[in-house]
Amino acid sequence: MIEVEGLTKDYGPRRAINNLTFKANPGEILGFLGPNGAGKTTTMRILTGFIPPTFGIGKVCGFDVVEQSLEVRKRVGYLPESVPLYPDMTVFDYLKYMADLRHIKNAEERIDDVLEIVHMQDRANGYISNLSKGMRQRVGLAQALVHEPDVLILDEPTIGLDPAQIKEVRTLIREIGKRRTVLLSTHILSEAQQICDRVLIINKGEIIVEDTPERLQAGLTGIQRVAVHVQGDGDGLEKLILGISGIKRVSAIQEGSVEVEYAPGKDIRPEIARTIINEGFDLLELKSIALSLEDIFIQLTREEPEPPSTDDSDEEP
Amino acid sequence: MRNVWTIARREYKQFFISPVAYVVAFFFMLLLGYFFYRALGEAIIQATYQPYAPTVQIVISPMVTLFLFVMPAITMRSIAEETRMGTLELLLTAPVKDWELVVGKWLGAFLFMLSLLAVTLIFPIVLNFLVTPGIDLGILLAGYLGLVLMVASLLAIGVFISSLFNNQLVVFLVNLAIVLVFWLVRPASNTTGGLPNQILNYLNLVDHYLTFFRGTINLSDIVYYLSLTSLALLLGTVSVEIRRWR
Repeated sequence: MIEVEGLTKDYGPRRAINNLTFKANPGEILGFLGPNGAGKTTTMRILTGFIPPTFGIGKVCGFDVVEQSLEVRKRVGYLPESVPLYPDMTVFDYLKYMADLRHIKNAEERIDDVLEIVHMQDRANGYISNLSKGMRQRVGLAQALVHEPDVLILDEPTIGLDPAQIKEVRTLIREIGKRRTVLLSTHILSEAQQICDRVLIINKGEIIVEDTPERLQAGLTGIQRVAVHVQGDGDGLEKLILGISGIKRVSAIQEGSVEVEYAPGKDIRPEIARTIINEGFDLLELKSIALSLEDIFIQLTREEPEPPSTDDSDEEP
Repeated sequence: MRNVWTIARREYKQFFISPVAYVVAFFFMLLLGYFFYRALGEAIIQATYQPYAPTVQIVISPMVTLFLFVMPAITMRSIAEETRMGTLELLLTAPVKDWELVVGKWLGAFLFMLSLLAVTLIFPIVLNFLVTPGIDLGILLAGYLGLVLMVASLLAIGVFISSLFNNQLVVFLVNLAIVLVFWLVRPASNTTGGLPNQILNYLNLVDHYLTFFRGTINLSDIVYYLSLTSLALLLGTVSVEIRRWR
């Protein structure tokens, strides 16, 4: 549905994206992941026909984004990051305007449908200026869906929402994505993990990794981590645990609590517990920490590979 | 073409929602009413000395001047506001051609101004009751035709300027400056020739109106306003297109 080959965009001397090549299959939710300024929005703007690429080919539904821009635009639903709406219009009027621009025949019916999809039927006649951020997001989504597009491009659809709304929008996207190709950008990794079938990590305009969220997590989890918490100030705890064989690194988090890293393979937790108790510490908590997609992401998008013995994990709770 | 109409219709409705248009229309009518009242007063004094009947020109003349200031205010939002709010991204990723957007924006403003012009017809009607044997219809028709044409070209210039910036105030000021240039700049003497002088003469926005003002319709003046309108709309389209490539 989406085919991109060698896509490059320069803004003056600055190269926003460099030689991107990827594909999104029909019925797939593809997550576009990267820190701010990585080139996600630029790529999406090219694919929606808003701006042309400097080099490279972008195809949506088999149509070239430059040569057959109108055909592409007919088939794509797009929610820009800023969620552009007309605040002095009612929700219904706004959607009607968008529907009219796309020459939808039974616009009224269709608007009722999309309002139902985004659960906004009761606000159809309310002014957009009176809506909350979450509701605006949903109106923006309704706008992107009104012409039943084959491809949906959503730029940071959950940004600025409260947790309940985020959950709602994510469920919504999953639902919508069952029948459509969705390209979604985010810089929240757990979001990609929850919604996407496949994840593309992009940094400084280049694709670093392309995989399913599960495999990404499994493949990169080369280290097991546990948090240990004892009563008191935990003097000598670090040294004690370091003495156990197989421990790679111990770092103090706060008084009486440390984080332990060990190589995967053998589960070393019982031994840690035994050693601590035998030495007379009162063990309060021993908990394993899964390496989150966040950590993977930071590892991947960092300028230099992480040196093995820095103490930067101290700041993590 | 359908998109032009869709955009124009929304634009037209927007004028009745936004306070700017109301404020502009209100002060326009207020000033026009004041000028009309004063011109009538002068006419009455004149008429005491000699047989004298004012023509529709007492309405049209201040309108021309007022329009030069009103037009930039009417079109300052046009595309600039869409750019500022980000809704331009929405319009340009919908299957709408760039020229359809520009022409639609212009048409909406044009229809609004036609409505305002229709309201100003109240003054000639009042005048018709006051003078015998009634007003000169020739001057009325030619004068209003000229106004419509001038409005069309001024609005097109306004939409073009509006596509260049995303700050309404900048748009208004630049637009006003350009209109003033077209209005005031003319060669020192009309008689001394030379091509540059002829060009300057030809470009003057108000000079072309004078024939309409006298009650005659001159094809070359119609062509002037229509080509100015088309040129400005073309430039507006190019400017929107360039926006994509920036």
